[in-house]
Amino acid sequence: MARIKDAREAAMVGRRSDGTLTRRPLSPHLQVYDMMQMTSLLSILHRFTGVAWCGGLVLLVWWLVAAGTGQGAFAAAQWFFGSFLGWVVLFGLTIAAWYHTLAGIRHLFWDAGHGFAMEEAYRSGRMVVIGTAVLTIVTWLLILV
Amino acid sequence: MAEDSASIRSLRSPLGRVRGMGSAKGGTHHWWMQRITSIALLPLSIWLIFSLAGLAGAGYGVVLEWIGNTFNAVLLLAFLTAAFHHAAAGLQVVIEDYVRDELKRFAAICAVNGLAVLLWLAASLSVLRIAL
Repeated sequence: MARIKDAREAAMVGRRSDGTLTRRPLSPHLQVYDMMQMTSLLSILHRFTGVAWCGGLVLLVWWLVAAGTGQGAFAAAQWFFGSFLGWVVLFGLTIAAWYHTLAGIRHLFWDAGHGFAMEEAYRSGRMVVIGTAVLTIVTWLLILV
Repeated sequence: MAEDSASIRSLRSPLGRVRGMGSAKGGTHHWWMQRITSIALLPLSIWLIFSLAGLAGAGYGVVLEWIGNTFNAVLLLAFLTAAFHHAAAGLQVVIEDYVRDELKRFAAICAVNGLAVLLWLAASLSVLRIAL
Protein backbone atom coordinates (compact mmCIF):
# COMPACT_ATOMS: atom_id res chain seq x y z
CA MET A 1 0.00 0.00 0.00
CA ALA A 2 1.13 3.50 -0.83
CA ARG A 3 1.90 5.84 2.03
CA ILE A 4 -1.09 7.68 3.44
CA LYS A 5 -0.82 11.41 2.84
CA ASP A 6 -4.25 12.44 4.11
CA ALA A 7 -5.60 11.55 7.57
CA ARG A 8 -9.02 10.81 6.07
CA GLU A 9 -7.54 7.89 4.12
CA ALA A 10 -6.89 6.05 7.40
CA ALA A 11 -10.59 5.19 7.45
CA MET A 12 -10.14 3.35 4.13
CA VAL A 13 -7.52 0.87 5.41
CA GLY A 14 -8.69 -2.71 5.77
CA ARG A 15 -7.14 -6.18 6.09
CA ARG A 16 -7.45 -9.17 3.82
CA SER A 17 -8.20 -12.57 5.39
CA ASP A 18 -4.45 -13.35 5.30
CA GLY A 19 -3.76 -10.23 7.37
CA THR A 20 -2.16 -8.06 4.67
CA LEU A 21 -3.28 -4.45 4.42
CA THR A 22 -5.55 -3.29 1.62
CA ARG A 23 -7.47 -0.20 0.60
CA ARG A 24 -11.15 -0.89 1.12
CA PRO A 25 -13.43 -0.18 -1.84
CA LEU A 26 -15.43 3.05 -1.81
CA SER A 27 -19.15 2.59 -2.29
CA PRO A 28 -20.55 4.57 -5.22
CA HIS A 29 -21.98 7.95 -4.32
CA LEU A 30 -22.02 10.79 -6.88
CA GLN A 31 -22.33 8.54 -9.90
CA VAL A 32 -25.48 6.77 -8.66
CA TYR A 33 -27.44 10.04 -8.61
CA ASP A 34 -29.09 11.68 -11.60
CA MET A 35 -27.45 15.11 -11.44
CA MET A 36 -29.92 16.53 -13.94
CA GLN A 37 -32.78 16.52 -11.43
CA MET A 38 -34.30 19.93 -10.70
CA THR A 39 -32.96 19.96 -7.12
CA SER A 40 -29.35 19.00 -7.82
CA LEU A 41 -29.10 20.90 -11.11
CA LEU A 42 -30.29 24.17 -9.53
CA SER A 43 -27.89 23.64 -6.63
CA ILE A 44 -24.97 23.21 -9.04
CA LEU A 45 -26.14 26.25 -11.03
CA HIS A 46 -26.23 28.38 -7.87
CA ARG A 47 -22.53 27.76 -7.27
CA PHE A 48 -21.70 28.12 -10.97
CA THR A 49 -23.52 31.45 -11.32
CA GLY A 50 -21.91 32.68 -8.10
CA VAL A 51 -18.45 32.04 -9.54
CA ALA A 52 -19.53 33.57 -12.88
CA TRP A 53 -20.67 36.70 -11.06
CA CYS A 54 -17.16 37.03 -9.58
CA GLY A 55 -16.00 37.41 -13.19
CA GLY A 56 -18.70 40.03 -13.67
CA LEU A 57 -17.42 41.85 -10.60
CA VAL A 58 -13.97 42.07 -12.21
CA LEU A 59 -15.58 43.59 -15.33
CA LEU A 60 -17.41 46.12 -13.13
CA VAL A 61 -14.06 47.08 -11.54
CA TRP A 62 -12.56 47.52 -15.01
CA TRP A 63 -15.48 49.74 -16.05
CA LEU A 64 -15.27 51.89 -12.90
CA VAL A 65 -11.47 52.21 -12.99
CA ALA A 66 -11.65 53.11 -16.70
CA ALA A 67 -14.26 55.77 -15.94
CA GLY A 68 -12.03 57.16 -13.19
CA THR A 69 -8.92 57.10 -15.37
CA GLY A 70 -10.06 59.10 -18.38
CA GLN A 71 -11.75 59.30 -21.76
CA GLY A 72 -9.35 56.93 -23.56
CA ALA A 73 -9.52 54.12 -20.98
CA PHE A 74 -13.28 54.48 -20.79
CA ALA A 75 -13.63 54.30 -24.59
CA ALA A 76 -11.63 51.04 -24.57
CA ALA A 77 -13.92 49.52 -21.93
CA GLN A 78 -17.04 50.71 -23.76
CA TRP A 79 -15.65 49.26 -26.99
CA PHE A 80 -15.42 45.82 -25.35
CA PHE A 81 -18.87 46.00 -23.77
CA GLY A 82 -20.33 47.13 -27.12
CA SER A 83 -18.62 44.36 -29.11
CA PHE A 84 -20.29 41.07 -30.00
CA LEU A 85 -18.28 39.20 -27.35
CA GLY A 86 -19.11 41.90 -24.82
CA TRP A 87 -22.83 41.53 -25.51
CA VAL A 88 -22.65 37.74 -25.15
CA VAL A 89 -20.74 38.09 -21.86
CA LEU A 90 -23.14 40.74 -20.52
CA PHE A 91 -26.18 38.67 -21.53
CA GLY A 92 -24.72 35.62 -19.77
CA LEU A 93 -23.93 37.74 -16.71
CA THR A 94 -27.50 39.07 -16.63
CA ILE A 95 -28.82 35.49 -16.48
CA ALA A 96 -26.21 34.54 -13.85
CA ALA A 97 -26.91 37.63 -11.72
CA TRP A 98 -30.69 37.16 -11.69
CA TYR A 99 -30.43 33.42 -11.16
CA HIS A 100 -27.99 33.77 -8.24
CA THR A 101 -30.14 36.53 -6.72
CA LEU A 102 -33.38 34.53 -6.89
CA ALA A 103 -31.78 31.23 -5.89
CA GLY A 104 -30.14 33.17 -3.03
CA ILE A 105 -33.58 34.22 -1.77
CA ARG A 106 -34.58 30.53 -1.96
CA HIS A 107 -31.52 29.65 0.13
CA LEU A 108 -32.37 32.32 2.73
CA PHE A 109 -35.83 30.76 3.12
CA TRP A 110 -34.18 27.37 3.63
CA ASP A 111 -31.80 28.92 6.19
CA ALA A 112 -34.86 30.18 8.07
CA GLY A 113 -36.24 26.62 8.05
CA HIS A 114 -38.94 26.94 5.39
CA GLY A 115 -39.67 25.12 2.15
CA PHE A 116 -37.95 21.78 2.68
CA ALA A 117 -40.89 19.59 1.63
CA MET A 118 -40.25 17.93 -1.74
CA GLU A 119 -43.11 19.59 -3.60
CA GLU A 120 -42.21 22.99 -2.08
CA ALA A 121 -38.59 22.59 -3.19
CA TYR A 122 -39.73 21.81 -6.73
CA ARG A 123 -42.16 24.71 -6.72
CA SER A 124 -39.58 27.25 -5.48
CA GLY A 125 -37.11 25.84 -8.02
CA ARG A 126 -39.55 26.40 -10.87
CA MET A 127 -40.24 29.93 -9.57
CA VAL A 128 -36.51 30.71 -9.60
CA VAL A 129 -36.13 29.48 -13.21
CA ILE A 130 -39.21 31.35 -14.46
CA GLY A 131 -38.22 34.48 -12.49
CA THR A 132 -34.72 34.41 -14.00
CA ALA A 133 -36.16 34.24 -17.52
CA VAL A 134 -38.65 37.05 -16.89
CA LEU A 135 -36.15 39.40 -15.19
CA THR A 136 -33.48 38.74 -17.85
CA ILE A 137 -35.97 39.65 -20.59
CA VAL A 138 -37.12 42.76 -18.67
CA THR A 139 -33.49 43.87 -18.17
CA TRP A 140 -32.65 43.47 -21.85
CA LEU A 141 -35.85 45.22 -22.95
CA LEU A 142 -34.64 48.11 -20.78
CA ILE A 143 -31.27 48.04 -22.54
CA LEU A 144 -32.56 47.68 -26.10
CA VAL A 145 -35.67 49.85 -26.01
CA MET B 1 -24.94 22.12 54.38
CA ALA B 2 -21.32 22.16 53.29
CA GLU B 3 -22.24 19.91 50.38
CA ASP B 4 -24.97 22.33 49.27
CA SER B 5 -22.68 25.33 49.13
CA ALA B 6 -20.18 23.26 47.14
CA SER B 7 -22.78 22.35 44.49
CA ILE B 8 -23.93 25.98 44.04
CA ARG B 9 -20.64 27.71 43.50
CA SER B 10 -21.98 30.41 41.23
CA LEU B 11 -25.25 32.15 40.51
CA ARG B 12 -24.55 32.07 36.78
CA SER B 13 -26.64 29.68 34.71
CA PRO B 14 -24.87 26.76 32.97
CA LEU B 15 -25.49 28.44 29.59
CA GLY B 16 -24.07 31.74 30.83
CA ARG B 17 -20.91 29.98 31.98
CA VAL B 18 -20.18 28.19 28.69
CA ARG B 19 -21.28 30.96 26.33
CA GLY B 20 -18.30 32.14 24.33
CA MET B 21 -16.04 29.48 25.85
CA GLY B 22 -15.96 27.09 22.89
CA SER B 23 -12.60 26.42 21.30
CA ALA B 24 -13.62 27.99 17.99
CA LYS B 25 -15.58 30.92 19.43
CA GLY B 26 -16.47 32.47 16.08
CA GLY B 27 -17.42 29.20 14.40
CA THR B 28 -20.44 30.52 12.56
CA HIS B 29 -19.00 33.94 11.70
CA HIS B 30 -18.10 33.08 8.09
CA TRP B 31 -21.48 31.48 7.39
CA TRP B 32 -23.35 34.29 9.14
CA MET B 33 -21.53 37.10 7.29
CA GLN B 34 -22.29 35.38 3.99
CA ARG B 35 -26.02 35.56 4.83
CA ILE B 36 -25.83 39.14 6.09
CA THR B 37 -23.99 40.34 2.97
CA SER B 38 -26.44 38.41 0.77
CA ILE B 39 -29.37 40.26 2.38
CA ALA B 40 -27.57 43.58 1.87
CA LEU B 41 -26.81 42.64 -1.74
CA LEU B 42 -30.45 41.89 -2.59
CA PRO B 43 -31.66 45.50 -2.96
CA LEU B 44 -28.19 46.72 -4.02
CA SER B 45 -27.91 44.20 -6.88
CA ILE B 46 -31.41 44.90 -8.17
CA TRP B 47 -30.62 48.63 -8.12
CA LEU B 48 -27.25 48.14 -9.86
CA ILE B 49 -28.50 45.80 -12.60
CA PHE B 50 -31.36 48.12 -13.58
CA SER B 51 -29.14 51.23 -13.29
CA LEU B 52 -26.44 49.74 -15.55
CA ALA B 53 -29.11 48.58 -18.00
CA GLY B 54 -30.37 52.18 -18.12
CA LEU B 55 -26.81 53.45 -18.72
CA ALA B 56 -26.23 51.18 -21.76
CA GLY B 57 -24.79 53.21 -24.62
CA ALA B 58 -24.42 56.35 -22.49
CA GLY B 59 -21.49 58.68 -23.21
CA TYR B 60 -18.53 59.39 -20.93
CA GLY B 61 -20.05 62.56 -19.51
CA VAL B 62 -23.33 60.92 -18.60
CA VAL B 63 -21.54 58.01 -16.91
CA LEU B 64 -19.29 60.36 -14.90
CA GLU B 65 -22.34 62.33 -13.83
CA TRP B 66 -24.15 59.15 -12.80
CA ILE B 67 -21.22 57.79 -10.74
CA GLY B 68 -20.56 61.26 -9.29
CA ASN B 69 -24.11 61.61 -7.98
CA THR B 70 -23.85 61.27 -4.18
CA PHE B 71 -26.73 58.80 -3.93
CA ASN B 72 -25.28 56.56 -6.66
CA ALA B 73 -21.72 56.84 -5.29
CA VAL B 74 -22.79 55.77 -1.79
CA LEU B 75 -24.79 52.81 -3.12
CA LEU B 76 -21.91 51.84 -5.44
CA LEU B 77 -19.45 51.85 -2.50
CA ALA B 78 -21.92 49.84 -0.41
CA PHE B 79 -22.43 47.37 -3.26
CA LEU B 80 -18.69 46.96 -3.84
CA THR B 81 -18.04 46.35 -0.13
CA ALA B 82 -20.82 43.79 0.31
CA ALA B 83 -20.16 42.16 -3.09
CA PHE B 84 -16.42 41.64 -2.57
CA HIS B 85 -16.97 40.35 0.96
CA HIS B 86 -19.63 37.94 -0.32
CA ALA B 87 -17.60 36.91 -3.39
CA ALA B 88 -14.43 36.20 -1.39
CA ALA B 89 -16.41 34.25 1.23
CA GLY B 90 -18.15 32.23 -1.49
CA LEU B 91 -14.96 31.50 -3.44
CA GLN B 92 -13.28 30.43 -0.20
CA VAL B 93 -15.99 27.79 0.34
CA VAL B 94 -15.56 26.56 -3.24
CA ILE B 95 -11.78 26.28 -2.72
CA GLU B 96 -12.25 24.49 0.61
CA ASP B 97 -14.54 21.99 -1.12
CA TYR B 98 -12.28 21.14 -4.04
CA VAL B 99 -8.65 21.83 -3.05
CA ARG B 100 -7.46 19.04 -0.77
CA ASP B 101 -3.77 19.81 -0.32
CA GLU B 102 -3.52 22.05 2.74
CA LEU B 103 -0.75 24.30 1.48
CA LYS B 104 -2.40 24.81 -1.91
CA ARG B 105 -5.73 25.46 -0.20
CA PHE B 106 -4.19 28.05 2.12
CA ALA B 107 -2.38 29.73 -0.78
CA ALA B 108 -5.52 29.82 -2.93
CA ILE B 109 -7.65 31.32 -0.14
CA CYS B 110 -4.99 33.95 0.57
CA ALA B 111 -4.77 34.80 -3.13
CA VAL B 112 -8.55 35.12 -3.49
CA ASN B 113 -8.91 37.31 -0.42
CA GLY B 114 -5.93 39.48 -1.34
CA LEU B 115 -7.21 39.95 -4.89
CA ALA B 116 -10.68 40.79 -3.58
CA VAL B 117 -9.27 43.50 -1.30
CA LEU B 118 -7.15 45.00 -4.10
CA LEU B 119 -10.02 45.05 -6.62
CA TRP B 120 -12.38 46.47 -4.00
CA LEU B 121 -9.89 49.26 -3.21
CA ALA B 122 -9.29 50.03 -6.90
CA ALA B 123 -13.00 50.25 -7.70
CA SER B 124 -13.79 52.25 -4.55
CA LEU B 125 -10.95 54.68 -5.24
CA SER B 126 -12.31 55.28 -8.75
CA VAL B 127 -15.81 55.95 -7.44
CA LEU B 128 -14.42 58.39 -4.85
CA ARG B 129 -12.21 60.05 -7.42
CA ILE B 130 -15.20 60.73 -9.67
CA ALA B 131 -17.58 61.64 -6.84
CA LEU B 132 -15.31 63.97 -4.85
